[in-house]
Amino acid sequence: MKLTMKVNGREVTGEVEGRTLLVDFLRSDLRLTGTHVGCDTSQCGACTVHVNGELVKSCTMFAAEADGAEVATIEGAAAEDGTLSAIQQAFQDHHGLQCGYCTPGMVMTAASLLKENPKPTEHEVRQYLEGNICRCTGYHNIVKAIMAASGQEMPAMAAE
Amino acid sequence: MYAFDIARPTTLDEAKAAIAAGGQALSGGQTLIPTLKARLAMPETLVSLHGIADLKGVSTDSAGRICVKGATVHRAVAEAVADSFPALSYLASRIGDPAVRNRGTIGGSVANNDPSACYPAAVLGCGATICTDRREIAADDYFQGMFTTALEEDEIVTEVKFPVPQAAAYEKFIQPASRFPLVAVFVARFADGVRVAITGASESGVFRWSAAEDALSANFAPDALDGLSVDADGMIGDLHGSKDYRAHLCGVMAKRAVARAV
Repeated sequence: MKLTMKVNGREVTGEVEGRTLLVDFLRSDLRLTGTHVGCDTSQCGACTVHVNGELVKSCTMFAAEADGAEVATIEGAAAEDGTLSAIQQAFQDHHGLQCGYCTPGMVMTAASLLKENPKPTEHEVRQYLEGNICRCTGYHNIVKAIMAASGQEMPAMAAE
Repeated sequence: MYAFDIARPTTLDEAKAAIAAGGQALSGGQTLIPTLKARLAMPETLVSLHGIADLKGVSTDSAGRICVKGATVHRAVAEAVADSFPALSYLASRIGDPAVRNRGTIGGSVANNDPSACYPAAVLGCGATICTDRREIAADDYFQGMFTTALEEDEIVTEVKFPVPQAAAYEKFIQPASRFPLVAVFVARFADGVRVAITGASESGVFRWSAAEDALSANFAPDALDGLSVDADGMIGDLHGSKDYRAHLCGVMAKRAVARAV
C-alpha cells in the first residue's frame, strides 16, 4: 500500500506491505539508519521515535499505522548546521554512551521526558528510561546527561 | 512475519465487517506484533482499530462508573482518571514503559487476558463490565483462564465500565526484565464488601482471592490477612519464581495493597 508521512519535517511517500514495520520503513526505505533495531521484541528501546509527538517503539508499530503522521527520528534532533541538541550535547559532555547503539532511543526518550517534565528528579529519569536498555554504561552517565540537559545538577549517586 | 494486509476502518461498523470477513483485530499491537513476529499467528488481514475515534476516550456514566473506550491507550487512561480513580490511574501509569503506554490499549489487554497483565486485576477487582460490539459481560463471567475469555472469535471490546470503589489500591511486584507483574494484587472496597483480584500468579490467569475478600470485608486492615495463604497448587512456577514463592507473594502484595488503600 502507498503511504505518506512527514519525517523530520520532510514529506515522504512510500510503498509498503501490511507487515512492514515503521522501523523498517525508516531504515530501509528512507535510509534513516540512526534508528536502531536492538531486540526486535519491544524490550530494548533502541528503535524509539516520536509519532505525532508521542514516544513509540518503531519496531512495534506498522508503517501503515503511521500513514499521515508526523514522525521524528534521531536524524532530526540536531540543527541543520550540525549543532547538537542540548540533550545530544549533554550525552557527549557527560559520556552518556559507550558503544552508542542504544543512544538514538535514549535521546528520543529523553526528549519526550523533558517535554512532559522539564525538571525531572533522578528517580523520574530512571523510571522513564525503563523501556530503554543500555548494556555498556550502567545508566549513571545517561541519567547524569539528561539531568544536565534539564539544567539541573546531578546529586551525588550512591554507586559512585 | 507472514504476509498480511492491514485494513484501517474509521468506524466500528467497518471494523466489524472486516473482522466478520476473517480479519484479526489489531489494537495497540504491543502484544500482537511480537506474536506475529514469532509466527505464532497467521492472519490474512489485520484490522487496525486505531483510527476509530468512537473507540477512544474516558467518561463517567449516570451511575458514576468510569467508562474507558476499548482503544484508549494506557497513558490516556492514567491521565484521565488521576483524580477520579487514582488506583486505576496508577495501574495504567506503570504498565510496561512510556512508549508501550502510548500504544497499548485497555481493550487489547482485556481481550488478550495475559495471565500476567495488569488490567485484568483492576477489571476483576472492581467487578467491572466489559462491553463489546454485541453485549455486556460481567468481569466474573469474562475471565475464563490463561489467554481465555468469554469473547467470541470476532467480538470487539468496545468499552470497560468500572464502578469506582470507596478505597482501592494496586500493588505490583515487578518482573524487571519484562516489566510485567510477577504477582500483582488489586484490592477494592465497596459499600457491600471488598474484592481482591490477583494477576501474574495463577496458571488459570487472573483470579479472586475469596478468603481474603471475606476477611477484609470484616476488617479492612493489612493484619486481617494474617494467617491466610493462597494454595501453591495451580500457581505459575518458572525460572522467575516457584509456585510457593508466587503463593507467598500473593499474601505480601495483598497486604501492601490494603496498607496503601486504607
